[in-house]
Amino acid sequence: MAAEPTTLFDKIWAAHEVEPGLLYIDLHLVHEVTSPQAFDALRIAGRKVRRPDRTLATADHNVPTDGSSRAAQILDQLSRVQVETLERNCAEFGVPIYSLGSERQGIVHVIGPELGVTQPGMTIVCGDSHTATHGAMGALAFGIGTSEVEHVLATQTLRQTRPRSMRISYGGELGFGVTAKDLILGTIGQIGVEGGVGYAIEYAGEAIEALSMEGRFTVCNMTIEAGGRSGVIAPDATTFEYLAGRLAAPDPLPVEEWSELRTDPEARFDREVEVDAGALSPQVTWGTTPGMVAGVSDSVPDPRTPGEERALEYMALEAGTPIEEIALDRVFIGSCTNSRIGDLRAAAAMVRGRRVASSVEAMVVPGSANVKIQAEREGLDEVFRRAGFDWRSAGCSMCLGMNPDILAPGERCASTSNRNFEGRQGRGGRSHLVSPEMAAAAAIEGRFVDIRDWEPARGPEPVGAR
Amino acid sequence: MDRVDKIRGPISVLNRSDVDTDQIIPKQFLKRVERTGFGQYLFYDWAKEPGWDLDPNEILVTGRNFGCGSSREHAPWALQDYGFKALVAPSFADIFYSNCTKIGMLPVPLPEEEVEALMAAQEAEIDLEAEVVRFSGREVPFEIDPDLRHRLLNGLDDIGITLQSGEALERYEAERERAGPVTTAL
Repeated sequence: MAAEPTTLFDKIWAAHEVEPGLLYIDLHLVHEVTSPQAFDALRIAGRKVRRPDRTLATADHNVPTDGSSRAAQILDQLSRVQVETLERNCAEFGVPIYSLGSERQGIVHVIGPELGVTQPGMTIVCGDSHTATHGAMGALAFGIGTSEVEHVLATQTLRQTRPRSMRISYGGELGFGVTAKDLILGTIGQIGVEGGVGYAIEYAGEAIEALSMEGRFTVCNMTIEAGGRSGVIAPDATTFEYLAGRLAAPDPLPVEEWSELRTDPEARFDREVEVDAGALSPQVTWGTTPGMVAGVSDSVPDPRTPGEERALEYMALEAGTPIEEIALDRVFIGSCTNSRIGDLRAAAAMVRGRRVASSVEAMVVPGSANVKIQAEREGLDEVFRRAGFDWRSAGCSMCLGMNPDILAPGERCASTSNRNFEGRQGRGGRSHLVSPEMAAAAAIEGRFVDIRDWEPARGPEPVGAR
Repeated sequence: MDRVDKIRGPISVLNRSDVDTDQIIPKQFLKRVERTGFGQYLFYDWAKEPGWDLDPNEILVTGRNFGCGSSREHAPWALQDYGFKALVAPSFADIFYSNCTKIGMLPVPLPEEEVEALMAAQEAEIDLEAEVVRFSGREVPFEIDPDLRHRLLNGLDDIGITLQSGEALERYEAERERAGPVTTAL
């Protein structure tokens, strides 16, 4: 009798079940904000980190992006203590860490894939809800809380209730100017911010297969914004090409084994969703959840719920206002959603030879020290600087405003990050989520523009471009 | 972890949907390295709005998708430190739900119409043993994973339970552990 057809999720789950409901964790990523209480609890209980060799730490949430290269240089006292605490905990428990000043430091969800420690078929957790990002490489990856961080540190396992399964299939192909960010924002708009609650999601279909590795990270990254804890994409030639030659990647890659990591054709999902990728336009959020989103050529919709009414009031927007008439004070290009080299190249291509509008303050925050180095090698920093962007160092930065990069009350920002919650980027700040290309064009024009019919000036190719 | 059994008394109501953890505890308070003292910062910005009124009762009744967004356990810590022992809503975000159960705070999902009815009531009793919420002379059942219920009723520590599976864990590592990146060797 043939084996029961299974999903990619089922296969990874089964390979990691120590006993029913107890999952072995192949990689535990740690950062400064959600770990100090977990290390403290270990210390109190006299426990060790079971597998430091499967644990990796970096400092990202809190760090200033001003080029500080040591924790001692952090001006904010609480932030400094938190980063220093992480460094001390890692030293005490033998956990490798890439802190400020390391060329490997960066946003935890950028450095994992970049260093090649994120690989197909693994289970990966981190005390951060955007851990689903790593699912783009065919790993089962999800965010956990601090008590679970402690549990993984102590046991290298997690107790988990098996989620239901959902597949989101994308037909058609993305049009010109429509990116992975628009694809996931459009999806969240369609299924809602609660649509994925209780589900492990798999993204599939021709539009997903056509995406670059970086585009796939962007899609999986925002799974949590649809309520899903994990989002996975079957590994393929794009994945293997991305991984080949990276620091921690095996050589040669076990391509044959990894190629078996896919959902069987007959496997059934608890829920199937279809999205027409060809029908999507560049997306702009207008409200205070990522599901409050519209096409750039649309207008701010009439509120249908008290929540939407409240959102419009907070955002100081009136129903019926064309999205393209929304003027901006700030532009933020960065975050674990859109700060990889491909994102920066795409944004740079929009601004080359142009100037940021005088009414706008714009910044670019590379996702990692490595991304920064690569971008500078390609001359992208000069493209941004000449256009009037502030070129920063790696970190989470204004995605959540735990460092000095924040919006002032009332400021309106086009942001490539993942959350437009009230006050997310600074108390009273108003965030609109968009793709790097849309953010870059908005910086130039001082308002949102439809990049599909916006022709960026063509300058010379940057030095060292591939 | 304290045992959870019956939680009874007046209720507090926050009738909003999609309440994210950034609202429950804004980022500036995540810089603390302690686990305690977050209650004073609960709903820090919303609490300044005129008409805001949220008594520290033991039961909070609220809207759909409560606790969405960031995985910060600081959100359940703040709610618990403020005084809540149980939360009732039509639905909870996955990570938030799990985080609550790790600290012995009980999330109770009820159908939307029952949550609305409960909001109109003054008090309630949540009985984890019987898996029901009692209010206005009625008894409404709720669902919870049996293992989780057992753990909460007995105040069991997850890590302690897992360490009892030490042999299975060692066998897994010896026989089935996936070859993978060795972070200490990079």
